[in-house]
Amino acid sequence: MAMFSQNPVLNGPNYSFAEVPKDAVDGLREHRFNPYTDNGGSTLAIAGADFTIMAGDTRLTSGYSINTRYSPKVFKIGGSNSSQDDANILLSVVGFAADGEALKERLDAICKMYRYRHGKPMSVNACAKRLSTIMYQKRFFPYYVYAILGGIDEEGKGAVYSYDPVGSYEREQCRAGGAAGSLIMPFLDNQVNFKNQYVPGSGTGHDLQERERVPLPREEVEVLVKDAFDSAVERHIEVGDALQVVIITKDGIEEKVLPLKKD
Amino acid sequence: MFRNNYDNDSVTFSPQGRIFQVEYAAEAVKQGSVVVGLVSKTHAVLVAIKRNAEELSSYQKKLFAVDEHVGLAIAGLTSDARVLSNFMKQQCLSQRLTYDRAMPLETLVSLIGDKAQLNTQHYGKRPYGVGLLVAGVDETGPHLFEFQPSGMTQEMLACAIGARSQMARTYLEKNLDKFAACGREELILHGLRALKETLVQERFLTVENTSVGVVGLKEPGKKGLEFFKVHDGAEVKDWINSLTNDTEVAEEPTEEPAAEGSAAEGSDSMQVDP
Amino acid sequence: MDHRPQAWGRPRDDVYGAYDASYMQTNGPNQHTQSPVVTGTSVVAIKFKDGVVMAADNLASYGSLARFTDVKRIRTFADTSIVGFGGDVSDMQYLDRHLTELSIDEAYQQTAHTLNARSLHKYLSKLLYHRRSKFDPLWNHLLVAGLDEEGKPFLAAADLLGTTFSSPSLATGFGSMLAQPIMRRYVPDEESVANLTRDKAVEVVRECMKVLFYRDARSLDSYSLAVVTKDGIELSENEKLEKQSWAFADRIKGYGTQTV
Repeated sequence: MAMFSQNPVLNGPNYSFAEVPKDAVDGLREHRFNPYTDNGGSTLAIAGADFTIMAGDTRLTSGYSINTRYSPKVFKIGGSNSSQDDANILLSVVGFAADGEALKERLDAICKMYRYRHGKPMSVNACAKRLSTIMYQKRFFPYYVYAILGGIDEEGKGAVYSYDPVGSYEREQCRAGGAAGSLIMPFLDNQVNFKNQYVPGSGTGHDLQERERVPLPREEVEVLVKDAFDSAVERHIEVGDALQVVIITKDGIEEKVLPLKKD
Repeated sequence: MFRNNYDNDSVTFSPQGRIFQVEYAAEAVKQGSVVVGLVSKTHAVLVAIKRNAEELSSYQKKLFAVDEHVGLAIAGLTSDARVLSNFMKQQCLSQRLTYDRAMPLETLVSLIGDKAQLNTQHYGKRPYGVGLLVAGVDETGPHLFEFQPSGMTQEMLACAIGARSQMARTYLEKNLDKFAACGREELILHGLRALKETLVQERFLTVENTSVGVVGLKEPGKKGLEFFKVHDGAEVKDWINSLTNDTEVAEEPTEEPAAEGSAAEGSDSMQVDP
Repeated sequence: MDHRPQAWGRPRDDVYGAYDASYMQTNGPNQHTQSPVVTGTSVVAIKFKDGVVMAADNLASYGSLARFTDVKRIRTFADTSIVGFGGDVSDMQYLDRHLTELSIDEAYQQTAHTLNARSLHKYLSKLLYHRRSKFDPLWNHLLVAGLDEEGKPFLAAADLLGTTFSSPSLATGFGSMLAQPIMRRYVPDEESVANLTRDKAVEVVRECMKVLFYRDARSLDSYSLAVVTKDGIELSENEKLEKQSWAFADRIKGYGTQTV
């Protein structure tokens, strides 16, 4: 019976708050605050023989709005000072920007404490494992980000580690993440890992021989990255404005910002 | 036999108004090898004598980089200093995380001052047995602070603490007027000369036993920083050489018998920084 | 009339069905702000060569009701920075008290150190992110303006989720759709900031406030305007929109009983 029907005992609020019905009238109540949002953007990382290249567009969106045209997503991690000019690790984050920022700062603080305690920078594979742990610790309230970690491993080879939001990770030759990740990744499969490329004249069907995989030279990879993003910008509204490209080699880190279409 | 009844803890005043445990802690500072700090308008410099417990052992670390803009020099118990250094590192990191800025020196030093003071007012606690010189550059320029186990902190233009540091202080007082206008190299040399004053006869500054820490502004009046860096070994060679060359302070027979300096020479069960 | 206070101001059950009173229970989980109540609308701001101009109207709405018409939504901090608040007004007032406390602490602690706009923005964004992570958000979208450590103009935003971003011009709420495109014509990138004069920046911001008043139903023609430069802050809290032109309204057809 409804409250307005002068029958207060059966339904609706009563004289005392203690007598208020304990259950919601129609089952579940909506939990209205949503702590996440998607800020769009895309990232990409490719490991070469002696370098790693990481790139991300700089657009930051909310829905159909562009919040800013310049918000970099690739960060230098683990330098001895705030300018990060001697950093040895790169981290890219895409997804929910506030979580990305928090994750970056946390990993950087950990790397800085490591350097302070041990007097040397953290290795990339140690940092990769640590990042996984950090993300998994928030398994039930995750950092809503797709992270990619890059650097030079202890053998001097380029290293790329990719993550899901709860910390599952693996080392890969290349990875595209974020809004246009699914647009870029197949392109990378074909161009970096030579998927579906076969030796001409090697036969048909099962006789086909796969093209041998070799690490690509740096100049080629840089062109690949720019092409990947130019294509993504055409097809995805959340990608554009500018492309931040960061290259790490044994000699340090180089960074450049290239224009992308702003539409 | 006379026995002091008022030094069993750090919470009891003697009838003369003294707290002996705190005073004893200050003595521990004098056991440590000497460290000198000084500031100019653009730089803050720390120099230190490192000791090795024996011929075969390594030299004890005297200078610590806390953050890119702060470093410290220690005299006294190394392990206590490490606790303070770690604490300061954490505070500097969290200041950067919450405010995106370098920790102001005055704030940092008052934090350890408060921390040390607590130990002098709680039963069962022990004062830190270490004195610090904290050098750094913040928004308001280069600074040098002295810290004592009592929790006392004060800003200094130049300072020396540790064994036979009086000799260094005399040098600093005599040359105080020159420091403000000094360039980086000059300031370091002044620091080393002050350090040299404290040496007993037949002992010299060498690349093995000398540490130099420098932090400063890249250009006067600009924001760019030369980050705090500790120079050891070969990196201090040139400075030591130019010191032996300079005739200005070469011959001033100020040596006195190694009264307190030798007291801390051997290794003790309580590790005073050797 | 129903004499029980719990029933006052509720929709009629016979019309709208039984009222869901479960939110009144005292033994359930803590009830955090799940939606804003009294709200302020857009804040707009633009950088120019020597500083930043910011504006926000003086209205606090209760839903579609223009409830309070003299609410100042721009505050100063330590005479060097300004903060503009969009969103819930009670949360704004909480932040206002919090910032006052912070500035007093800061002024008391050190000599000659003050938090600059960058530090203030970082701090506020950390606070907002922390609260969203507790599922107890401060329902605001903030713009922070001032000068950075190098004395260059600084402008950045932080929202209730802790998301932060910076741009030569920024606007919250409705302004991000109506005002931002206007401002971007003048400062499309950081380089163009150096070419914008103070007078032009103020003019652009006033123009934006006018456009917002025309099209944002939750806005007001009285507003606050602040200019922050190295010489300090000029905050005027009783600006009025001038030279309004409603001629365009005549051309709007198709609403209500009107026939096209």
